[in-house]
Amino acid sequence: MERSFEQYFRQDHLPHLWCPGCGNGIAMKAIVQAVEKKGLSQDNTVIVSGIGCSSRASGYMDFDTLHTAHGRAIPFATGIKLANPDLHVIVITGDGDCTAIGGNHFIHGCRRNVDLTVIMFNNNIYGMTGGQASPTTPIGAKATTAPYGSVDRTFDACKLAEAAGATYVARSTAFHVQHMANMIAEGIDNDGFSFIEAMVQCPTAFGRKNRMGSPADMLKWMRDHAVMKAAWDKLPEEKREDKFPIGCLYKAQAIDYDAAYDQVIERAGGAHK
Amino acid sequence: MSKARLMQGNEACAEGAIAAGVNFFAGYPITPSTEIAETMARLLPKHGGKFVQMEDEIASMGAILGASLAGSKVMDATSGPGFSLKQELIGYAACAEIPCVLVDVQRVGPSTGQPTSPSQGDVMQARWGTHGDHPIIALAPWSVRETYDATVMAVNYAERFRTPVILLMDEVIGHLREKVELPDHVDVYPRRKPKKTRAEGYEPFAPDEDLVPNVADFGQGYRIHVTGLIHDDTGFPSGSPEVTESSIRRLHEKIARAGEEIIHTESYFMDDAEYAVVSFGGSARTAYEAVRMEREKGRKVGMLRLMTIWPFADKAIEALSAKVKGILVAELNYGQIVNEVRRAAHSDCKVSLCGKYDMKSFEPEDITSAIENMIAGGNA
Amino acid sequence: MKSEITIKTVRCKGCGICAAFCPKSVLAVSELGKIQVVNGDACIGCGQCELRCPDYAIFVDRVKEEAAQ
Repeated sequence: MERSFEQYFRQDHLPHLWCPGCGNGIAMKAIVQAVEKKGLSQDNTVIVSGIGCSSRASGYMDFDTLHTAHGRAIPFATGIKLANPDLHVIVITGDGDCTAIGGNHFIHGCRRNVDLTVIMFNNNIYGMTGGQASPTTPIGAKATTAPYGSVDRTFDACKLAEAAGATYVARSTAFHVQHMANMIAEGIDNDGFSFIEAMVQCPTAFGRKNRMGSPADMLKWMRDHAVMKAAWDKLPEEKREDKFPIGCLYKAQAIDYDAAYDQVIERAGGAHK
Repeated sequence: MSKARLMQGNEACAEGAIAAGVNFFAGYPITPSTEIAETMARLLPKHGGKFVQMEDEIASMGAILGASLAGSKVMDATSGPGFSLKQELIGYAACAEIPCVLVDVQRVGPSTGQPTSPSQGDVMQARWGTHGDHPIIALAPWSVRETYDATVMAVNYAERFRTPVILLMDEVIGHLREKVELPDHVDVYPRRKPKKTRAEGYEPFAPDEDLVPNVADFGQGYRIHVTGLIHDDTGFPSGSPEVTESSIRRLHEKIARAGEEIIHTESYFMDDAEYAVVSFGGSARTAYEAVRMEREKGRKVGMLRLMTIWPFADKAIEALSAKVKGILVAELNYGQIVNEVRRAAHSDCKVSLCGKYDMKSFEPEDITSAIENMIAGGNA
Repeated sequence: MKSEITIKTVRCKGCGICAAFCPKSVLAVSELGKIQVVNGDACIGCGQCELRCPDYAIFVDRVKEEAAQ
């Protein structure tokens, strides 16, 4: 019964602190399965996270791991990657961490096309602080800071990443575990800024307040509302309504920041490290 | 062939950083520190290093901390408003013990204030700007050449103590041009290395004899965890009151125990002095001239210059206060370091302030009249 | 084909995801808030339970009939 993905976890730190039924554990497994699939070395891969429920993942993963400050994972990761381009750098962030407090860092990371793989655990809420509205809390959904339903329009983080210059953009859900691992693996393959939105259920802070049912019900909701990209493209507008696309949503070719900086070093007449 | 060059304080800072082994700089433009970033952008790629202009001051601080953890020696530079933004990650660097140097070329505040005018109004922010108890080292050079030396020192202290070091410049020194001769060689403190393997039970935050941990760089196979949460020697968060207390204490003691070694002061005209001026940075240049002028008038005035602002030179001030009848603190602000001097001085030594916050740097007469007022017994 | 179900009770938080996705009602959350096998013979080894377990607490391995005996 031993599973090979277990080697990527710090066994003495499990079980993790997430609530019963939380989707973060599913997404964390998808990440290590992608790492295994791509054959990344544990000694040569760095996991960088921000602050929030999602970002506690770094502590459970057996790599060099960095739990940064709220919203700042991408700048730290940028520094790591540029200082040592041989390292594979994976960023774990949440919807609030990535698109609210870290929003500026997020779009500029995309713009620079730094070779990072950023996985945003989107649970549509601030879980760690007890259920406040985030930039991805749907309009009308309730949160402790939106007791009458949120009126704030939401971010589509994938569209944001694409518009800002990310060269690989994908979405998956905790229901589609293997698909999620595949999306992350493709992101690791991309030489440039890769963004994967991993939709995860928060039964405690979001589900309960919004009558989403059990954790399994929340997963079934993802199953019933996610549409594979190819099918989505053929779906007429009126049928898209409450559905959302999953899969690789955008891909582009562009020079990554480190390779671009090599040109700077060359023009300056400097020696490569 | 003379190696003397005419350069600005800001350029000397960049040159000193390169000499000390800085190979990663992230920054965001802000007057009056911008020339440091510009010089680093030009020099680093020539020396195999990297420069990146980030989207804001917080990001540039984050980038240098990431690069430091990946093995680079790092620096970032800013001024007043940017210094405010960096406080968050200065605290992170203090807690997670990440070597880094941050230059603050002070300008008039608060807020956007007077962007191109000199000030020394950030000295207390350098000490207490980030939340929570933390140690800090801050150095304030008074010449272009000393800016070079202080930058080298700042990089070395950052590495030796694994702590953020603030190079507290001011607009006077940053934009001052002087002819300087730079040394051929400077002593460089190497990155600390783990003394145990993983198999031998290596703990990244276990303190060495000097209370500083030998944290492995990322990518060396140690698979360490770094966090801004209070953590134990393993690097993992701890909710223990004992761990919290001992780690906060150790952060302070690792620097406190280095003591006088990192507290640099200089005395001038002190042999028979009955009164003294205490000053630092750009203001100390004018204070020196004022003291010299007073000496010419036959008044027994000396001077103590603080090069290390933090940790504060308590012993030097105490000794000074035992020797003189009165101390005048000349600083370009509403009165900040004067309170530290009052705290450290004997109560029977009168400490007064010569402060200035009108966009202009000191004129010698500002200080000579304050000295004369002090001697006459006025100037509370 | 039969299957062998392993439960790491220490990790299980009793969220019930595995039970909800089991097509043969093999699993149920006990009164102690831990998952348990209630109808092992019905297991077809599809692995749906293991796939979405957020706590890596349940594992299913198919075993050959003869080997099991």
